[in-house]
Amino acid sequence: MKYVDEFRKPELIRKAAAEIRRLVDPQRHYRIMEVCGGHTHAIYRFGLKDLLPSNIDLIHGPGCPVCVLPMGRVDDALSIAAQEDVIFAAFGDMMRIPGTQGSPLEHKARGMDVRIVYSPSDAIKLAKANPDKHVMFFAIGFETTAPSTALTLVRAKTEKLRNFSVFCNHVMIVPAIRAILDSPDMRLDGFIGPGHVSTVIGCRPYEWIAKNEGKPIVVSGFEPLDLLQSTVMLLMQLQKKEAKVENQYARVVPWEGNRAALRVMAEVFELRPYFEWRGLGFISQSALRIKPAYEEWDAEQRFKVPGIRVTDPKAAQCGEVLKGVLKPAQCKLFGNECTPENPVGALMVSSEGSCAAYYNYEHRKHNRLTSLSLSA
Amino acid sequence: MSDETKLEVRGPIVKFREPQIEMAHGAGGKASRRLVEGLFAPLLFGSQRQPLNDAAHVSIDGARMAITADSFVVKPLVFPGGSIGELAVNGTVNDLAVSGARAEIMVVTFVLEAGLSTVTLQAQIQAMADAAQKANVRIVGGDTKVVEHGKADGMYITTTGIGGLLDGIEVDARSVHPGDCILLSGPVGDHGITILLARGDLDLEGDLQWDTRSILPLVDAVARAAGSGVRWMRDPTRGGVATSLNELARDCGMGMVLFEDAIPVRDGVRGACELLGLDPLHIANEGQFLAIVSPELANAALTALQSTPGGEEARIIGEIRDEPAGAVLVTTLYGGSRIVDMLVGDPLPRIC
Repeated sequence: MKYVDEFRKPELIRKAAAEIRRLVDPQRHYRIMEVCGGHTHAIYRFGLKDLLPSNIDLIHGPGCPVCVLPMGRVDDALSIAAQEDVIFAAFGDMMRIPGTQGSPLEHKARGMDVRIVYSPSDAIKLAKANPDKHVMFFAIGFETTAPSTALTLVRAKTEKLRNFSVFCNHVMIVPAIRAILDSPDMRLDGFIGPGHVSTVIGCRPYEWIAKNEGKPIVVSGFEPLDLLQSTVMLLMQLQKKEAKVENQYARVVPWEGNRAALRVMAEVFELRPYFEWRGLGFISQSALRIKPAYEEWDAEQRFKVPGIRVTDPKAAQCGEVLKGVLKPAQCKLFGNECTPENPVGALMVSSEGSCAAYYNYEHRKHNRLTSLSLSA
Repeated sequence: MSDETKLEVRGPIVKFREPQIEMAHGAGGKASRRLVEGLFAPLLFGSQRQPLNDAAHVSIDGARMAITADSFVVKPLVFPGGSIGELAVNGTVNDLAVSGARAEIMVVTFVLEAGLSTVTLQAQIQAMADAAQKANVRIVGGDTKVVEHGKADGMYITTTGIGGLLDGIEVDARSVHPGDCILLSGPVGDHGITILLARGDLDLEGDLQWDTRSILPLVDAVARAAGSGVRWMRDPTRGGVATSLNELARDCGMGMVLFEDAIPVRDGVRGACELLGLDPLHIANEGQFLAIVSPELANAALTALQSTPGGEEARIIGEIRDEPAGAVLVTTLYGGSRIVDMLVGDPLPRIC
């Protein structure tokens, strides 16, 4: 734990917060987007907003893979899992994602064989332990988790494992950032760049943001000190009117990325022409599918999927929150119809979604005693 | 009767609208509370809304006593530092202790799965007998049922415990005041994380061990040192410290402010929680308890706890404030803060 504690030392955090206060121009309003859901979660969990001046607005970006997955994809996967002798395997945080007929967890309570795994290779273990069943791994995530899915597919092919397939929902971060920047109502001063994704893709893919869009981006770690240091680095660039890619998370992120991981991804995956994102709509070349050479292990090829598109409930204003036009609590459904237990909109689904993070860590901070009924 | 004791339970009336029972309803968090307050309580206890405690205080022919019921569903049956039989006795003793009572009598029911080995069963009956002797409680009766193979994870145990009330101690959420201190008897999360690692699904290893135990000696020490200042107690089992304190916050309408750096958490528990994205405050505990004590007597209670064997790691972890009303706020040394809600759903496979 020593490693983590170094990045949570109160005196260092206070120092970084003081540096931020020194750097901000009180006349100016700053809008900074943290792209990654892990950052959103950390910002709320560590209460970092309490440390920032009020004229720095943090806009929570699209980097939560659970949140951006459209309901139709969940329905498709569950329709496969509803077939006899199919085991649905997924990470724990997928269990509450809503389909139109309920989440995987609710399907499990109704009798579907749904298992939580902690890695794709656990799903392979599960397939080997259940030779008379078919194990479908519900793969999800940005470039962070895509390499381990790719390796698992290579292994399944090498070992000629016949009772295993992957339902692939892997998406890519850069097209999502591009879509956000293309949106007309989006005004941003800079980005806190994704940490874990960058361990795989490196920092180069962000260079266009600095060069073409003129926005600074700092790839950041996930501890309180990391996030504050990244904010300092962004503010220094803004002060000097610079726009470049910087790497605050160099202890983990190599500038060129992880070549072995990129290689195995290229071996197994190819680009989908387009893919639907919850809250953002269709984005071209933004997701990965399994190459024909691996189609025997591609659940979408192997099984019939309905492929019906399910529109999000109109009342949920996820798109506006995602673009920072609305704060989570300003959405009409927030906290009433839409809660982490019963999410209506995408951003309430995972603990990394901005609405769920705000709901869990922030919105009751200002409860007043008088707001509750006293019957003395 | 003073004014505050006439207060009703505060907070909104809970309704149970779910179409079916999910695992989350047994996880001890929000869903569990909705099930109990929205379905069981209105049908069984009528419209009278009382805070729900770990044991009920009743009076029969003038004799006052406390009664509690508990059930134990643990997988694996034996884990580092304890087993289901021992847990069944200590869990019951502890539910009585935190409601201000000394366990005297227990009855137990075993639901056994066909195919359970006699050696396993005998070991658990023996564990139960040993724990009962250690905690000074008599097991006076019970019942046995056998269900088909594949239906009961080896065995389930349910218990009923009856105890006499401890002198000079009155536990009631409605007596909690702003300024009161929040005491915790030892490190959080050891039990839940030990069980999680013992299941072996995670490919994580740790040298954690947590012995289930009776907390009666610790509660007794607090009662003797600060009896009149003790407002409320709870053993934070399923749903952890966060869930217990959220229940109190809703029952008394006040804010629970915790000092993150004062909360004792072992490195192994912190490490596992960091890796798995869990909050130690949501992890189940056994053999620990929370006590709300008036500010004048809090230090006396703490000293008494720390000088009782097994209470050395007790700490004052926070205080009651007016705000945030009905919520739990964790504050850090560097000035950040966050709300910690009740556990939502079931972060882990069920523990007990």
